Amino acid sequence: MKTYVLVAILACFWMINSGYLKPLLLGAGVLSIITVLALTSFMNRKDGEAFPIVLLSRRLPGYLGWLVWQIVLANIDVVKRVWLGPASISPVVFRTHASQSSEAAKVLYANSITMTPGTVTLFVRDDVFEVHALTKEGAAEVQKGEMDRRVSALETV
Amino acid sequence: MSLFIDIISWACILCGGFLGVTGAIGLFRFPDFYTRLHAASITDTLCAGLIILGLILQAGFTLMSLKLLMLLGIFAYTAPTASHILAKTAFKCGLKPVLYDQKGGGS
Repeated sequence: MKTYVLVAILACFWMINSGYLKPLLLGAGVLSIITVLALTSFMNRKDGEAFPIVLLSRRLPGYLGWLVWQIVLANIDVVKRVWLGPASISPVVFRTHASQSSEAAKVLYANSITMTPGTVTLFVRDDVFEVHALTKEGAAEVQKGEMDRRVSALETV
Repeated sequence: MSLFIDIISWACILCGGFLGVTGAIGLFRFPDFYTRLHAASITDTLCAGLIILGLILQAGFTLMSLKLLMLLGIFAYTAPTASHILAKTAFKCGLKPVLYDQKGGGS
């Protein structure tokens, strides 16, 4: 099943980037896909991370939409502080608890924190993240744990 | 209709440009490495996103807009990875962040 999805993704990737329907180029595409499949099956013997979409959940699109909205809000806040100057910031380093059980979900949570302007994940130790935040308010926002809950909810379905 | 799309598209591109300039100014204004990283993440996320959205509207429903969309996806994967690696490496090499408490509560 995963192999078919991977072939479909790779074929889309090739067609978007090439856009040509000449037999020679299509043949090159097929050859590339076969090579990548061989490489991923080889990588799968080392670990199970060769498949690009590890976290398949029906709540994922909803989460991504919410994340984009959070990124927009955080951008507005950081832009405001850039123009107000360094007096308006209050940098803090704090620890926060990650309640996800799978590695993929933890990676998604850590990356979501980093992607939101104003917070960067420094370290991940088991289920504790060390985060640097531009402002105390931004730190409090992460510690409220709404993003943590939403990422954890992706694991259940 | 095409005028309407042009207006939205240019609004996106101009907003993105403004955010890019803001990110650059923040890069100079903020006091230390970690806070500057936050300013740079404006450029990574909404600035790039708005410019690409504006360009997609300009391109219309073509292969080019799909390529631009893919670019956005690549940004979403690489930008946080790069930020995280930079911050982690700086921290591990002993670069101490300037914290709010150390500044004596403000200014």
